[in-house]
Amino acid sequence: MNKPTQLAPTPAQTVGPFFGYALPYAKDRELLPPGSPGSIRLQGTVYDGAGHPIPDAILEIWQADADGKVPHHTGSLVRDGYTFTGFGRTAVGNTGTFTFTTVNPGPTEAGAAPFIAVAVFARGLMNRLFTRVYLPEDEAALSRDRLLSSLDPERRRTLIARRDPDGGLSWDIRLQGDGETVFLDFRDAEGPST
Amino acid sequence: MPEEINLEIFNADPITEDLANQTTEAAPKTYASAVPAGDAALESQADLSAEMKAIGEAYGRALKDGAPAEIQPRLDYAPYRSSVLRHPTKSLHHADPETIELYSPAFGHMDVHALESDLTIAHNGEPLGERIIVSGRVLDGDGRPVAGQLVEIWQANSAGRYIHKRDQHPAPIDPNFTGVGRCITGPDGTYSFTTIKPGAYPWKNHLNAWRPAHIHFSLFGSEFTQRIITQMYFPGDQLFPLDPIYQSIVDQDARDRLVATYNHEQTKPEWAMAYNWDIVLTGSKRTWTENEALGAEGDHE
Repeated sequence: MNKPTQLAPTPAQTVGPFFGYALPYAKDRELLPPGSPGSIRLQGTVYDGAGHPIPDAILEIWQADADGKVPHHTGSLVRDGYTFTGFGRTAVGNTGTFTFTTVNPGPTEAGAAPFIAVAVFARGLMNRLFTRVYLPEDEAALSRDRLLSSLDPERRRTLIARRDPDGGLSWDIRLQGDGETVFLDFRDAEGPST
Repeated sequence: MPEEINLEIFNADPITEDLANQTTEAAPKTYASAVPAGDAALESQADLSAEMKAIGEAYGRALKDGAPAEIQPRLDYAPYRSSVLRHPTKSLHHADPETIELYSPAFGHMDVHALESDLTIAHNGEPLGERIIVSGRVLDGDGRPVAGQLVEIWQANSAGRYIHKRDQHPAPIDPNFTGVGRCITGPDGTYSFTTIKPGAYPWKNHLNAWRPAHIHFSLFGSEFTQRIITQMYFPGDQLFPLDPIYQSIVDQDARDRLVATYNHEQTKPEWAMAYNWDIVLTGSKRTWTENEALGAEGDHE
């Protein structure tokens, strides 16, 4: 077979302020019902470069299930309350805060550091930003992690959640300035682009 | 389908009400009276245009000196004032996508009803404006169709008004138009929406700032790394050179990729004009199974 032609990608544009009737949906932030066995809260605040909370960001998370399996189930938009689809979305509140109900993802490979993939959208942000939020516990796995190992300690810290007394995870997003979250670029990733 | 919307809360928008109260007499509600006094201090279009021109010229020189073409918008694009405090100042960190990032959430017909692709039938009556059909294909960077994936759109009505508390534009709300739609792409990556041509609308980036008519598109690929939200524009819009959001893509070829083409062949006589717009996601990083390459839908598991 011939190698397929590489097409130039369509550029992104900002999500803008007016997504309110389009992107949010019922139970968008509840990957499973709050209070169900194994459920945890992932919470935080999105800040701008002046340290002010951003009231109109919208976040998406995508993660493995508690066993580290990548979900392939449909039903994220119309949740049945039982199927774990691994995808959640939430518009932040007026004070920039967000809350997801989810599970601790398991490691997707033996010895891998479990993390939740995150995409950040906001008015004023021209393209989505990808980042990761790692679970804090498995220090050995965290120290082996390729991405974390490539960061200096100050920056590495921005990708690791704090464990709350109630078992949940706290993790803030700073778009700019002191403690700026590490955002990721996958465009030039190695490996075959078959 | 979108939930039924209580339009009264928008008609009683507290921000608009406040503005009305500021006028001491019962002045007719003209554009001028709806502009807050503070706006007089805003920068002019000429200021913004000069800034954008300077950035464009610098990019042109860099290209000539051998810099690579910029295919995405600049995160740091000061003429779009809201971006100033909202772009990372450190460069994005190169990372190899790992397991979860090499897959995408699966969406299917359980998630989206077929009627959600027609934005003109969500209410009891017909929305006002020019009925249009917008269709195209979603492809990955290798030209493969993105099958069975979610496409979400939202837009202003024909008068340039969004149903949103923060939209203060004194243009009419259309009770028969919410301006949101969804669909699942077909096995060949195709999508199609029936809607109303959106109007241009004013915004507060600078004095007399108007957004070119556009439809917001949200797309998923086969991998989370391909996730994108963007805007589709209409051909020939005179506002393109004036708009900092469109101009944040400094490369003309890249900008052109956001502009739909009018398609007379697909235009339906006595019914709706047709526009085509294909969307190309970034290249995929994962080795595909044959089943995926054939465009199997995600509903099977």
